[in-house]
Amino acid sequence: METKTIQNPAKTTITMSGSEALIHCLLAEGADLIYGYPGGAIMPFYDQLHIHQDKIHHVLTRHEQGATHAAQGFARATGKVGVAIATSGPGATNLITGIADAQIDSTPMVCITGQVGSHLLGSDAFQETDIIGISTPVTKWNHQITSAKEIPEVLAKAFYIARSGRPGPVLIDITKDAQFEEFEFSYEKCEHIRSYVPVTEVKEEQLQAAAQAIDSAKQPMIVWGQGVILGEAEEAFKAFVEKSGIPAAWTILGVSAIPTDHPLNVGMVGMHGNYGPNVLTNQCDVLIAIGMRFDDRVTGNLESYAKQAKVIHFEIDPAEVNKNVKADIPVLGNSKETLERILPLIERKEHTAWHQNFKDHYNIEFDKVIKNDIHPTKEGLTMGEVIELINTKTNGDAIIVTDVGQHQMVGIRYANFKKSKSNITSGGLGTMGFALPAAIGAKMGAPDREVVAIIGDGGYQMTIQELGTIFQTGAAVKIVVLNNEFLGMVRQWQQLFFDKRYASTEMKNPNFCKIAEAYDIEAQKVTDRSTLEDAITRMIASKNSFFLEVMVEKEDNVFPMIPTGASVSDIRLA
Amino acid sequence: MSEQITTYTVTIYSENNIGLLNRISAIFQRRKINIESLSASESEIDDVFKFTLVVNITEHQMEKIKGQIERQVEVIKAFYHTDEETIFTESALFKINSALLFEEPQIQNIIKESHARIVTVNRDFFVIEKSGRRSEIDLVHRELKPFGIMQFTRSGRIAVTKTEMPISSLLQQIRNEQEAAFAKA
Repeated sequence: METKTIQNPAKTTITMSGSEALIHCLLAEGADLIYGYPGGAIMPFYDQLHIHQDKIHHVLTRHEQGATHAAQGFARATGKVGVAIATSGPGATNLITGIADAQIDSTPMVCITGQVGSHLLGSDAFQETDIIGISTPVTKWNHQITSAKEIPEVLAKAFYIARSGRPGPVLIDITKDAQFEEFEFSYEKCEHIRSYVPVTEVKEEQLQAAAQAIDSAKQPMIVWGQGVILGEAEEAFKAFVEKSGIPAAWTILGVSAIPTDHPLNVGMVGMHGNYGPNVLTNQCDVLIAIGMRFDDRVTGNLESYAKQAKVIHFEIDPAEVNKNVKADIPVLGNSKETLERILPLIERKEHTAWHQNFKDHYNIEFDKVIKNDIHPTKEGLTMGEVIELINTKTNGDAIIVTDVGQHQMVGIRYANFKKSKSNITSGGLGTMGFALPAAIGAKMGAPDREVVAIIGDGGYQMTIQELGTIFQTGAAVKIVVLNNEFLGMVRQWQQLFFDKRYASTEMKNPNFCKIAEAYDIEAQKVTDRSTLEDAITRMIASKNSFFLEVMVEKEDNVFPMIPTGASVSDIRLA
Repeated sequence: MSEQITTYTVTIYSENNIGLLNRISAIFQRRKINIESLSASESEIDDVFKFTLVVNITEHQMEKIKGQIERQVEVIKAFYHTDEETIFTESALFKINSALLFEEPQIQNIIKESHARIVTVNRDFFVIEKSGRRSEIDLVHRELKPFGIMQFTRSGRIAVTKTEMPISSLLQQIRNEQEAAFAKA
């Protein structure tokens, strides 16, 4: 069916239903690829999706949680707003994990849920749930629409809020009668909300104070986070790092903003981060935090975190400044603007001796940990060597999507990123089951890039149903399950802190290859080193989705490690 | 910053939208902080709504929570003040059996001395209204209690600050920016 395209929706008024208006709102916001699952209260909208399928592509996931993670993966790979749709009641509540994940990881996402007719609100109607009440603490904004005429303005606000400032998830709940109702549609994008200040004005005196502290520092260190990527500040950041000559370490969500092999990239901070940046956090004289929020997994014990250092905090969200770590010099604003403006204010420097300190620590870590991880001499396969081979076979060009657990830490530690937006993972919330649907969204958002999902055998089974989405859409996602037949990270903690009482962490797994094959996905299982390289070559060469299961050592641990409550400088290498 | 528990009056200027109260109370609930009192009303500025609430927390907590409140899209600005920095009052109603008004002359003295007032009297009951500080209301409550109180209710705190609230100029600034942006477009 041929459908009309509204060329200039702001200057057009057409009578249409609320559900058709939703389609035109999404198109006006550039959201022509969306994820979701139909049901009673959202049926009028799905009817319009069917009618407008030549303009807007809807991907049917196999569970609403999968729709949110796919929308997140899409958003993280493209920088655009991801969209997830669900019906009322259970459809809506199934979105909550993904929404909470997007909230804590600042991912722009708009979720649209159907709701029972407005005359039934509060009557415990079939599939009625108070999704506005339920989603309030995990959304940046939410709103219920009960009349079609509200749709254009509310949708425009939803997209504006989701993508501006510090991004986040927005939920819009629309009653069924509002979807049916006819009204005069016209659309205007939202560019301002009176009560909302997405980015505070940059203060020159903050930049001056920061520049002075940076120039007079003897042993400065940078810790950057996802704010560099979300602010599209990669170039400005690289220029800042190179001119200042300051060793720069990353948080788990910040990685890939500059290449892994950049000479000033000194690795990862935090619980399973690198030895040097963790230990030297407590030796630097100036700590420059950029677009990161001092999560407890990054800081370890706050009482002994960088107490000797003057802290400069580049941050977009004023509520993050002084939340966990006191900022001696806050620099509020968008990372791109603040970094571009501080660049001419700082001197070009090289901190050679101080940088050597990081290299020395790296060499210690290499001998004690890294060497054995990526070039093991023991018989059993390690997660690290699998990642190392994937790096080689993809030339570091792939988007690596990780789930949550040991494989995530190993994957992110050893992945060799060359381009920004190449690392997609569930950071703050630690959502097992994130990777498979997120990889589908990432592949659809960046179809020209190789997308490799690296997942543990536990997390894989939390959203394994999304193989059906791959089967139906042909999304060419490469799936690597690192199978140790354990919930490995929990088992590691049980070994170290609970006297090896492996409570409910050992898994009896099914034949994963057969499951993949049932969905027509080519599959291979690797149990020894001799076939690993060929299998990865075959996987990367495949034009379609491919499932690779690698049986890894059952009881390997991830090191380095900062035990909970310990200081970053008490990081353990074994 | 002080780690001492202090009584703060939090004033939140916001849009008047359904659900915002839930969003604000969730900020306190999540941190296991009790809201001692709450009142909601219009503010001195047209179209701007105001919440006034009272909490007992440290200044460090208060500062962080202020940030979390201001992060909310529909919140324009939040402020917090100590008791010394505000003029504040609460209002209470006492419903008492009418017979007592004649049988117990002491009640009339209590009303007179506390500067409370009688709002209504009928055959069955009369209602005393007392506004003031919590301690003054508590005193009236204590004094009336032995005679039997049929119903008692006390409002949340309302407050104004001794110094100027910088919100008016802020809103004017927002309006100017809005108009400038509009003119540009």
